[in-house]
Amino acid sequence: MLALDFPKINEILRWQDIFPSFNKIALIAVLAAVIGSGIFLLAGSKDSSVAPTGIRNLAEIIVEFIEESVVMQTMGKKGLKWTPFLLSLFVFIYLCNVPGIIPLFQMPATARIAIPLFLSLLVWIVFIGTGLKHQKGAYFGHLLWPPGVPIALKPLVGLIEFFSTIIVRPLSLTVRLFANMLAGHILLVTFALLSEAMFQAKTHQPFLNIGGILPFFMLVFLTGFEVLVGFLQAYIFAILTAVYIGTSIEGHGDEANEAHAH
Amino acid sequence: MEAMSHLVKAAGATTSTPTELKAQAAASSAGFAYGLAAIGPGIGIGYLVGKSVEAMARQPEAAGMVRTTMFLGIAFTEALALIGFVVFILIGL
Repeated sequence: MLALDFPKINEILRWQDIFPSFNKIALIAVLAAVIGSGIFLLAGSKDSSVAPTGIRNLAEIIVEFIEESVVMQTMGKKGLKWTPFLLSLFVFIYLCNVPGIIPLFQMPATARIAIPLFLSLLVWIVFIGTGLKHQKGAYFGHLLWPPGVPIALKPLVGLIEFFSTIIVRPLSLTVRLFANMLAGHILLVTFALLSEAMFQAKTHQPFLNIGGILPFFMLVFLTGFEVLVGFLQAYIFAILTAVYIGTSIEGHGDEANEAHAH
Repeated sequence: MEAMSHLVKAAGATTSTPTELKAQAAASSAGFAYGLAAIGPGIGIGYLVGKSVEAMARQPEAAGMVRTTMFLGIAFTEALALIGFVVFILIGL
């Protein structure tokens, strides 16, 4: 049997401080913020009257992607003013996810719960604030009861809706992003360690050493898969934010009226 | 991973203290926690994506809308599996 000591969970997630109270996670988060805003500031300073080239091209592709496949699909035309918020969420989360597969970093900053939790609390405040701004006090009524609920059911439905909107929404946003990135990180560590241990095995000499190629291929495949997951999680976070803000703007009642109007 | 060493100990040991017993129970149930949590979402996501592909093949012009809704549905379904994964980490490691 191949004895393999898997490191404790803290060894693969907790990093030494580079200088007091600033470790690799913080470094990645700061880099993500700086690079993200740097790209768009640079692109914004280019002349907008000529055909876009280089960095402006990249920035326009990202903006268009957010407009086409996040905002227009969920909030429609009147949601376009939310593009900057969703764009910065998407770019920041993506740039925090992607170091998970970049050599030397090898750690997604979102695999620690702090960043996902903070971001989803931010989204939580934003969508409740938007609801209060657009629907005033009626927002809480809309939030608790969808239109057409019989009076007898109101306490039960209200309780369920309260939990699902106020508590489960931020919690599931957090856990979805955090657990996906953590699972990916642990998978990569597992296969990297397994292939290393098999390559260096002293027992069953030729078989184990040659067989080490199999987990190595799995590692390469999973690295490619993580590229996809990092993008997809950022996209899903942005799209769910858009859906939550969209329901805050419209409310249940307006939706029903709109359906009649069409 | 402490869980592994507890399992190995459980296989060979004859007598164990209550704390060890508890650790062994946690180690062996951690796997079940994730495995059981993955069944439902697995079926759900498979069904969801299959139906979405069907819809996209029928109406390619609606593919964008179907894809967005599919990702939304996947995100909600997947959350259950991920909560199972978090529980697995909490009791297993």
